[in-house]
Amino acid sequence: MRAYRALLHLYPASFRAEYGEEMCAIFARQRRDAAGPAVATLWAATFFEVLRNAAAVHWDILQQDLRYTARSLGRTPGFALTAIVVTALGVGANTAAFSVTDFVLIRPLPFAEPERLVKLWERLPGYPKMEPSPANYRDWKRMSTAFEAMGAFYGLPVNLVGHGDPERLERTAVTADLFPMLGAHALLGRLFAPADDRAGAAGTLLLSYPLWQAVFGGDAGVVGQRVTLDNEPYTVIGVMPPDFHFPSREAEIWTPARFQELDFQDRDNNYLEVVAKLRRGVSLDRARAEMGVIAGQLERQYPKENRLTGSNVIRLRDELSQQSRLLLVALSGAALCVLLIACANLANLLLARALARQKELAVRAAMGAGRERLVRQLVTENLVLAVLGGLLGVLAAVAAVPLLARLVPSSLPIAQAPSVDFRVLIFAALLTGLTGVGFGVFPALRASGSADLSGLREGARAGGGLREGARAGGGRKERLRSALVIAEVMASVVLLVSAGLLIRALWRIEATDPGFHADGVLTLRTALPMPKYAVTARRAEFYTRVLSEVRALPGVSAAAYISFLPMVMQGGIWPVAIDGQPRDLTRGGESQTASMRFVTPGFFAAMGIPLHRGRDVSDSDTIDRPFAAVVSESFVRRYWPDQDPLSRHFQFAFHDRMVVGVVGNIRVRGLERNSEPQVYLAYKQDPDGGFTFYGPQDLVVRSSASTGALLPALRRIIRGADPQQPVSDVRTMAQIVEEETASRSAQVRVLGVFAAIAFLLAGVGIHGLLSFAVSRRAQEIAVRIALGARSSAIVRMVLRQGVLLAAAGVLPGVALAYAAGRAMQALLAGVQPGDAPTFLAAAGLCVLMTILGCLFPALRAVRVDPITAIRAE
Amino acid sequence: MPDSTPQPGALLPLPPSSFHILLALADEDRHGYAIIQDVAARTGGALKLSAGTLYRSIQRMLEQGLIVEILERPAPEFDDERRRYYRIAPFGTAVARAEARRLTQLVSMARARGLAPGRA
Repeated sequence: MRAYRALLHLYPASFRAEYGEEMCAIFARQRRDAAGPAVATLWAATFFEVLRNAAAVHWDILQQDLRYTARSLGRTPGFALTAIVVTALGVGANTAAFSVTDFVLIRPLPFAEPERLVKLWERLPGYPKMEPSPANYRDWKRMSTAFEAMGAFYGLPVNLVGHGDPERLERTAVTADLFPMLGAHALLGRLFAPADDRAGAAGTLLLSYPLWQAVFGGDAGVVGQRVTLDNEPYTVIGVMPPDFHFPSREAEIWTPARFQELDFQDRDNNYLEVVAKLRRGVSLDRARAEMGVIAGQLERQYPKENRLTGSNVIRLRDELSQQSRLLLVALSGAALCVLLIACANLANLLLARALARQKELAVRAAMGAGRERLVRQLVTENLVLAVLGGLLGVLAAVAAVPLLARLVPSSLPIAQAPSVDFRVLIFAALLTGLTGVGFGVFPALRASGSADLSGLREGARAGGGLREGARAGGGRKERLRSALVIAEVMASVVLLVSAGLLIRALWRIEATDPGFHADGVLTLRTALPMPKYAVTARRAEFYTRVLSEVRALPGVSAAAYISFLPMVMQGGIWPVAIDGQPRDLTRGGESQTASMRFVTPGFFAAMGIPLHRGRDVSDSDTIDRPFAAVVSESFVRRYWPDQDPLSRHFQFAFHDRMVVGVVGNIRVRGLERNSEPQVYLAYKQDPDGGFTFYGPQDLVVRSSASTGALLPALRRIIRGADPQQPVSDVRTMAQIVEEETASRSAQVRVLGVFAAIAFLLAGVGIHGLLSFAVSRRAQEIAVRIALGARSSAIVRMVLRQGVLLAAAGVLPGVALAYAAGRAMQALLAGVQPGDAPTFLAAAGLCVLMTILGCLFPALRAVRVDPITAIRAE
Repeated sequence: MPDSTPQPGALLPLPPSSFHILLALADEDRHGYAIIQDVAARTGGALKLSAGTLYRSIQRMLEQGLIVEILERPAPEFDDERRRYYRIAPFGTAVARAEARRLTQLVSMARARGLAPGRA
């Protein structure tokens, strides 16, 4: 019998209380009538009967509660809408933030056993992540035991000719062991085999899915087709699947990386990227230790080339800048703040509603509804609100996620846009559930706890004065509600200050002088293919023809070519040696290096970089003349401070160079990082086959004409100079500078929206609490007015409560905001975490919010009509 | 709580268990176990209501206003403290009639097609 009673607990408590005894009695009779094997049959049947009927009764009650909920929410649409929107804001903000954070930081990379994949770098003083040279890569691979496989790749864009317009493609050269190590499979055809890697083998290539679709129309017969890249024949051996991105989502085409003995000669030729797979059971630390030993051995073996060259092993997952990570962590933190505020607001709304419904609940209790039934009804109501809000929030997040795509760093081997997938939906459902249960059940319990007959006594609270009334009625609840509002104010201060600090940082970065005038400069790339343009004179011919025609265009004031645009290409760093000065890689904490670029005459004029001394490179700086160099001011300051740098010599990139001019510094490494000094070399002083990688390829045109007017003319000129030459990367210099702060401004925008939401919600919280307090105290206020209190005194009374609430929230909020600022100092670009203007602005906004929140309740308090209010008793 | 101004037709078709409970209460007020016994006797043991099914139906029928719980008790010697007695409500009678009519029409339709015994 005890077992049957236990089984009855599957029924709702109200049902059990009503019918449990009789059901037990009936079961007892059935049990008495049964004998032998019939007992077992009875038990089994009873068990399933209880399961089925208990579920059915629960379902009945749910339907009943839902009907009741629809009616009760329909009666207070304002409340329902507010609660739904508040929930939607909290869930939406977090779902959107989580979808990006999960996509970038949490989700495993889309490769086989991604946790075992690592990236290997050389470590040099000042450069923790330096690309290894082929020689060092070969030695690492030969000497290490910690890795199951090791492969290398490097980017080498190529021109595709013969399929529509000539096109510039992002090609990655990979060793044959790389793709199998990643667990990649070809969608069509095959992957590279070791035979493809051999020098002299026929050219083979793999297509990315988007390129296959765009250029080859998704033709399945593409495998085996011959294509021409940089004037060399290749055979398509396969197509990669659509979700394969390596090394980044920009990769369009892959060819084998082939090394010849010559490539292994120069250990300073750093251009490879190396991925390895840890052997099963080998820890990252062990791999690091082993690579450290190997680097030490290589340094002893090659003391000159591998001087101070260590190694660095990083999980492929962690190949993400500290800044990208911090941006997302800050975003998630802000979203969490919004959720907390939304929850506090929701709890407050529900508490207020529960108080307002005391009478209704008391009536239901009087009619025989048990506490369990009432709580259940309230929880159902709150869950319905939460689910509706959650759905709306997910919809908002789905709409917002594409806007967050800029926060996905392009360096990761993943697609650009995060999608709202199953994981994200589970996360949203959990959030919604937590919000609904946490902030639905709690007020429901509190409300039903006081749903006794006292709620029926109309003026129960009104008899005494303010204090007594508060004590007798919802004194504790009012304190709880105040605490919730204080928490809201606190969190909104944190958000306002964080957003403010980041906005200040963004402004500061945007105000950074890049060293050139970006306005009115259009850039495009004509990457001249090798070996067609391996001879320097052939390239010079191309530049001369193109530049002279471009300069003749109306509106064009200057035009020139350079190896790589600043900010777009941040590397190209070479060591500097100066006669009579000791060669040291780290001098005074700074590495003795400079960035190298070849330029045509007129580059400084086109970019608006000031020429301080001497002259620009010129067409008469030919290979038989002394090698001329224009250097930046920072170069002069480092090597010849307080001396005349002109005509001085230094050794750089295998040659002796003579300073002919000094120009202003530019921010090669972008607006936020310090850049090495710059060295510009004359484009004609490059021995044939010497620095083909540095052959000028980026055209910069300063003009008063619009891009739309200029571009067709530029294309026509380039087609005239070489019909097979593709034009790519058409951008204005202003766009390039803007791109520098793109992820930041995206983050600031999102954070700004979060802060605005928080601000609004906290204001609504203050408003709600004070309005409620005023309506509860209407009689007291009426008595005061009747006794002759001035309206100013009444307003002061309401304001005082609002200001107290705000102050109680702002003070701890400021402390927390400072801590938050400290935590994201790396993002602040030099703005202090205790930045006074930001804190003052945030505090000012809070004062404003408090005043606005108090305004309507105060007005309402003044307008209380003493006669009506007192007669209501 | 009964819905306001219910129409008997709105509850049709009635679940068989509800119909049987109404039939059991048609001639006299009964308590739960008596309903189970009456249904079993009338159907020759073919339908044995379980306690759960019975009370779930009773709860719903109370809400729908088909039956009422009565407070007057039989003489103490026949009574058990725990027992609760139910009586068919006028609305319950109307709904039972409507259901019977519905079933009769169904049977006559079946008869017309020769699917049931009796005159076409």
